[in-house]
Amino acid sequence: MDTIESTVDRDDRTLTFVTVFEAPPERVWQVWEDPRQLERWWGPPTWPATFTRHEVEPGGESRYHMTGPDGEKAPGWWRTIAVDAPHRYEFEDGFSTDDGEPDTSMPSMHMVITLEADGPTTRMTVVASYASVDDLDKVLGMGMREGMTGALSQVPALLAA
Amino acid sequence: MVVDRFDSDGLDRLFAALSDATRRDIVERVLVTEQSVSSLARRYDMSFAAIQKHVAVLERAALVRKQRRGREQIVRGDVDTIREAESVLERYRQLWVDRADRISDLLRDSRVAD
Repeated sequence: MDTIESTVDRDDRTLTFVTVFEAPPERVWQVWEDPRQLERWWGPPTWPATFTRHEVEPGGESRYHMTGPDGEKAPGWWRTIAVDAPHRYEFEDGFSTDDGEPDTSMPSMHMVITLEADGPTTRMTVVASYASVDDLDKVLGMGMREGMTGALSQVPALLAA
Repeated sequence: MVVDRFDSDGLDRLFAALSDATRRDIVERVLVTEQSVSSLARRYDMSFAAIQKHVAVLERAALVRKQRRGREQIVRGDVDTIREAESVLERYRQLWVDRADRISDLLRDSRVAD
Protein backbone atom coordinates (compact mmCIF):
# COMPACT_ATOMS: atom_id res chain seq x y z
CA MET A 1 0.00 0.00 0.00
CA ASP A 2 1.30 3.43 -0.90
CA THR A 3 -0.22 6.71 0.04
CA ILE A 4 1.03 8.63 -2.89
CA GLU A 5 -0.70 11.92 -2.53
CA SER A 6 -2.56 14.09 -0.10
CA THR A 7 -3.45 17.57 -1.21
CA VAL A 8 -5.58 20.52 -0.25
CA ASP A 9 -6.89 22.17 -3.37
CA ARG A 10 -7.52 25.84 -3.37
CA ASP A 11 -9.56 25.97 -6.53
CA ASP A 12 -12.08 23.24 -5.99
CA ARG A 13 -12.09 23.49 -2.21
CA THR A 14 -11.34 19.88 -1.45
CA LEU A 15 -9.03 17.54 0.39
CA THR A 16 -7.78 14.68 -1.73
CA PHE A 17 -6.11 11.44 -0.66
CA VAL A 18 -4.76 8.94 -3.14
CA THR A 19 -3.72 5.42 -2.21
CA VAL A 20 -2.71 2.38 -4.25
CA PHE A 21 -3.81 -1.10 -3.14
CA GLU A 22 -2.55 -4.50 -4.27
CA ALA A 23 -5.98 -5.70 -5.40
CA PRO A 24 -8.40 -5.14 -8.28
CA PRO A 25 -11.17 -2.50 -7.96
CA GLU A 26 -13.85 -5.22 -7.53
CA ARG A 27 -12.08 -6.39 -4.36
CA VAL A 28 -11.44 -2.88 -2.96
CA TRP A 29 -15.09 -1.99 -3.65
CA GLN A 30 -16.15 -4.66 -1.15
CA VAL A 31 -14.43 -2.87 1.74
CA TRP A 32 -16.90 -0.02 1.12
CA GLU A 33 -19.98 -2.00 0.21
CA ASP A 34 -19.89 -4.80 2.78
CA PRO A 35 -20.68 -3.34 6.22
CA ARG A 36 -18.77 -6.14 7.98
CA GLN A 37 -15.61 -5.19 6.05
CA LEU A 38 -16.27 -1.48 6.45
CA GLU A 39 -16.40 -1.94 10.22
CA ARG A 40 -12.89 -3.33 10.18
CA TRP A 41 -11.28 -0.12 8.99
CA TRP A 42 -13.58 2.93 9.25
CA GLY A 43 -12.93 3.57 12.94
CA PRO A 44 -9.55 3.54 14.66
CA PRO A 45 -8.78 0.38 16.72
CA THR A 46 -9.63 2.28 19.91
CA TRP A 47 -12.95 3.46 18.42
CA PRO A 48 -14.27 0.57 16.30
CA ALA A 49 -17.30 1.28 14.11
CA THR A 50 -20.51 -0.74 14.03
CA PHE A 51 -22.80 -0.26 11.01
CA THR A 52 -26.39 -1.09 11.85
CA ARG A 53 -27.67 0.02 8.43
CA HIS A 54 -25.81 0.40 5.15
CA GLU A 55 -27.70 0.99 1.89
CA VAL A 56 -25.29 1.52 -0.99
CA GLU A 57 -27.79 2.89 -3.50
CA PRO A 58 -28.81 6.43 -4.44
CA GLY A 59 -30.75 7.93 -1.54
CA GLY A 60 -29.76 4.99 0.68
CA GLU A 61 -29.11 5.59 4.36
CA SER A 62 -26.36 4.25 6.60
CA ARG A 63 -26.26 4.36 10.38
CA TYR A 64 -23.19 3.62 12.43
CA HIS A 65 -21.64 4.29 15.78
CA MET A 66 -18.10 4.19 17.01
CA THR A 67 -17.51 2.78 20.48
CA GLY A 68 -14.77 4.32 22.60
CA PRO A 69 -12.50 2.67 25.15
CA ASP A 70 -14.86 3.56 28.02
CA GLY A 71 -17.94 2.34 26.17
CA GLU A 72 -19.00 5.83 25.06
CA LYS A 73 -20.69 5.93 21.67
CA ALA A 74 -20.22 8.41 18.82
CA PRO A 75 -23.07 7.90 16.34
CA GLY A 76 -22.88 8.93 12.69
CA TRP A 77 -24.75 8.65 9.37
CA TRP A 78 -24.10 8.43 5.66
CA ARG A 79 -26.50 9.26 2.87
CA THR A 80 -25.61 7.73 -0.49
CA ILE A 81 -25.79 10.23 -3.34
CA ALA A 82 -24.52 8.18 -6.30
CA VAL A 83 -23.07 4.71 -6.92
CA ASP A 84 -21.24 3.26 -9.90
CA ALA A 85 -19.86 -0.09 -8.69
CA PRO A 86 -16.96 -0.84 -8.54
CA HIS A 87 -15.63 2.57 -9.53
CA ARG A 88 -17.39 5.41 -7.81
CA TYR A 89 -19.20 6.00 -4.53
CA GLU A 90 -20.49 9.40 -3.49
CA PHE A 91 -22.03 10.09 -0.09
CA GLU A 92 -22.55 12.58 2.72
CA ASP A 93 -21.05 11.73 6.13
CA GLY A 94 -22.23 13.40 9.31
CA PHE A 95 -22.88 13.21 13.04
CA SER A 96 -25.99 11.76 14.62
CA THR A 97 -27.73 12.64 17.84
CA ASP A 98 -27.88 10.10 20.66
CA ASP A 99 -30.97 8.49 19.14
CA GLY A 100 -28.84 7.62 16.10
CA GLU A 101 -30.57 9.97 13.66
CA PRO A 102 -28.79 12.74 11.69
CA ASP A 103 -27.94 15.83 13.72
CA THR A 104 -28.77 18.68 11.36
CA SER A 105 -27.07 21.23 13.62
CA MET A 106 -23.69 19.65 12.96
CA PRO A 107 -21.44 20.01 9.92
CA SER A 108 -21.11 17.14 7.46
CA MET A 109 -18.59 16.07 4.85
CA HIS A 110 -19.25 15.40 1.19
CA MET A 111 -17.22 12.38 0.05
CA VAL A 112 -16.41 11.03 -3.39
CA ILE A 113 -14.53 7.73 -3.60
CA THR A 114 -13.05 6.68 -6.94
CA LEU A 115 -11.44 3.29 -7.68
CA GLU A 116 -9.37 2.93 -10.86
CA ALA A 117 -7.63 -0.22 -12.07
CA ASP A 118 -3.92 0.23 -12.67
CA GLY A 119 -2.57 -3.13 -13.86
CA PRO A 120 -3.02 -5.52 -10.94
CA THR A 121 -3.49 -2.66 -8.48
CA THR A 122 -6.21 -0.15 -7.65
CA ARG A 123 -5.78 3.55 -7.24
CA MET A 124 -8.25 4.82 -4.65
CA THR A 125 -8.95 8.54 -4.57
CA VAL A 126 -10.87 10.01 -1.66
CA VAL A 127 -12.09 13.56 -2.19
CA ALA A 128 -13.58 15.18 0.88
CA SER A 129 -15.19 18.58 1.05
CA TYR A 130 -16.91 20.35 3.85
CA ALA A 131 -20.58 21.16 3.78
CA SER A 132 -21.52 23.27 6.75
CA VAL A 133 -24.95 23.36 8.31
CA ASP A 134 -25.46 26.74 6.72
CA ASP A 135 -24.31 25.35 3.41
CA LEU A 136 -21.63 27.98 3.19
CA ASP A 137 -20.70 26.90 -0.27
CA LYS A 138 -24.04 28.01 -1.64
CA VAL A 139 -24.43 31.05 0.52
CA LEU A 140 -20.99 32.48 -0.05
CA GLY A 141 -20.16 30.88 -3.36
CA MET A 142 -17.03 29.33 -1.95
CA GLY A 143 -16.17 26.82 0.70
CA MET A 144 -13.92 26.19 3.58
CA ARG A 145 -11.09 24.57 1.70
CA GLU A 146 -10.43 27.65 -0.32
CA GLY A 147 -10.74 29.64 2.86
CA MET A 148 -8.44 27.38 4.75
CA THR A 149 -5.77 27.17 2.13
CA GLY A 150 -6.08 30.79 1.15
CA ALA A 151 -5.45 32.00 4.63
CA LEU A 152 -3.21 29.23 5.80
CA SER A 153 -0.96 28.44 2.88
CA GLN A 154 1.52 31.10 3.86
CA VAL A 155 1.35 30.58 7.58
CA PRO A 156 4.33 28.24 7.97
CA ALA A 157 6.54 30.77 6.23
CA LEU A 158 5.17 33.56 8.41
CA LEU A 159 5.77 31.61 11.57
CA ALA A 160 9.30 30.80 10.52
CA ALA A 161 10.06 34.46 9.79
CA MET B 1 -15.81 12.78 10.61
CA VAL B 2 -12.84 14.99 10.85
CA VAL B 3 -13.76 17.06 13.83
CA ASP B 4 -14.80 15.83 17.18
CA ARG B 5 -18.14 16.79 18.52
CA PHE B 6 -16.70 19.36 20.89
CA ASP B 7 -14.85 21.63 18.59
CA SER B 8 -17.07 21.46 15.55
CA ASP B 9 -18.93 24.67 16.37
CA GLY B 10 -15.68 26.55 16.66
CA LEU B 11 -14.52 24.91 13.45
CA ASP B 12 -17.68 26.00 11.69
CA ARG B 13 -17.08 29.58 12.76
CA LEU B 14 -13.49 29.29 11.66
CA PHE B 15 -14.37 28.09 8.17
CA ALA B 16 -17.12 30.65 7.81
CA ALA B 17 -14.70 33.37 8.87
CA LEU B 18 -12.15 32.27 6.30
CA SER B 19 -14.60 31.89 3.46
CA ASP B 20 -14.34 35.56 2.52
CA ALA B 21 -11.39 36.89 0.50
CA THR B 22 -11.14 40.18 2.39
CA ARG B 23 -11.14 38.40 5.72
CA ARG B 24 -8.46 35.96 4.57
CA ASP B 25 -6.38 38.87 3.46
CA ILE B 26 -6.84 40.64 6.79
CA VAL B 27 -5.71 37.52 8.64
CA GLU B 28 -2.59 37.24 6.52
CA ARG B 29 -1.75 40.90 7.08
CA VAL B 30 -2.24 40.97 10.81
CA LEU B 31 -0.23 37.79 11.24
CA VAL B 32 2.75 39.63 9.81
CA THR B 33 2.27 42.80 11.80
CA GLU B 34 -0.47 44.27 13.99
CA GLN B 35 -2.60 46.94 12.33
CA SER B 36 -5.29 49.37 13.36
CA VAL B 37 -8.83 48.95 12.00
CA SER B 38 -8.58 52.36 10.34
CA SER B 39 -5.36 51.52 8.50
CA LEU B 40 -6.96 48.27 7.30
CA ALA B 41 -9.99 50.23 6.09
CA ARG B 42 -7.74 52.51 4.03
CA ARG B 43 -6.08 49.50 2.45
CA TYR B 44 -9.29 47.87 1.22
CA ASP B 45 -11.21 50.79 -0.09
CA MET B 46 -14.04 49.88 2.24
CA SER B 47 -15.79 51.79 4.95
CA PHE B 48 -14.47 51.66 8.49
CA ALA B 49 -17.75 50.01 9.53
CA ALA B 50 -17.43 47.27 6.90
CA ILE B 51 -13.90 46.43 7.99
CA GLN B 52 -14.96 46.53 11.61
CA LYS B 53 -17.63 43.92 10.79
CA HIS B 54 -15.08 41.68 9.09
CA VAL B 55 -12.76 42.03 12.07
CA ALA B 56 -15.62 41.11 14.43
CA VAL B 57 -16.27 37.89 12.48
CA LEU B 58 -12.57 37.04 12.65
CA GLU B 59 -12.51 37.84 16.34
CA ARG B 60 -15.45 35.51 17.05
CA ALA B 61 -13.57 32.75 15.24
CA ALA B 62 -10.56 33.57 17.44
CA LEU B 63 -8.44 34.20 14.36
CA VAL B 64 -7.54 37.71 15.50
CA ARG B 65 -7.46 39.65 18.74
CA LYS B 66 -8.45 43.28 19.05
CA GLN B 67 -7.07 45.74 21.59
CA ARG B 68 -7.97 49.31 22.21
CA ARG B 69 -4.95 51.60 22.21
CA GLY B 70 -5.89 55.23 22.76
CA ARG B 71 -8.34 56.07 19.97
CA GLU B 72 -7.20 53.18 17.80
CA GLN B 73 -8.34 49.56 17.71
CA ILE B 74 -5.31 47.38 17.08
CA VAL B 75 -5.81 43.99 15.41
CA ARG B 76 -3.32 41.15 15.53
CA GLY B 77 -3.47 37.58 14.25
CA ASP B 78 -3.91 34.70 16.66
CA VAL B 79 -1.20 32.23 15.74
CA ASP B 80 -2.57 29.53 18.06
CA THR B 81 -5.89 29.37 16.22
CA ILE B 82 -4.17 29.25 12.84
CA ARG B 83 -1.97 26.41 14.08
CA GLU B 84 -5.07 24.68 15.41
CA ALA B 85 -6.75 24.92 12.01
CA GLU B 86 -3.69 23.44 10.38
CA SER B 87 -3.56 20.63 12.89
CA VAL B 88 -7.20 19.80 12.11
CA LEU B 89 -6.19 19.29 8.47
CA GLU B 90 -3.17 17.27 9.51
CA ARG B 91 -5.33 15.06 11.77
CA TYR B 92 -7.69 14.45 8.89
CA ARG B 93 -4.85 13.49 6.59
CA GLN B 94 -3.51 11.09 9.24
CA LEU B 95 -6.99 9.59 9.66
CA TRP B 96 -6.99 8.55 5.99
CA VAL B 97 -3.41 7.31 6.10
CA ASP B 98 -4.44 5.05 9.00
CA ARG B 99 -7.60 3.93 7.22
CA ALA B 100 -5.63 3.03 4.11
CA ASP B 101 -3.28 0.97 6.28
CA ARG B 102 -6.21 -0.92 7.75
CA ILE B 103 -7.75 -1.50 4.31
CA SER B 104 -4.41 -2.90 3.17
CA ASP B 105 -4.33 -5.28 6.11
CA LEU B 106 -7.86 -6.38 5.36
CA LEU B 107 -7.05 -7.05 1.70
CA ARG B 108 -3.91 -8.97 2.68
CA ASP B 109 -5.86 -11.09 5.19
CA SER B 110 -8.40 -12.02 2.55
CA ARG B 111 -5.64 -12.94 0.06
CA VAL B 112 -4.09 -15.22 2.66
CA ALA B 113 -7.47 -16.80 3.32
CA ASP B 114 -8.08 -17.55 -0.38
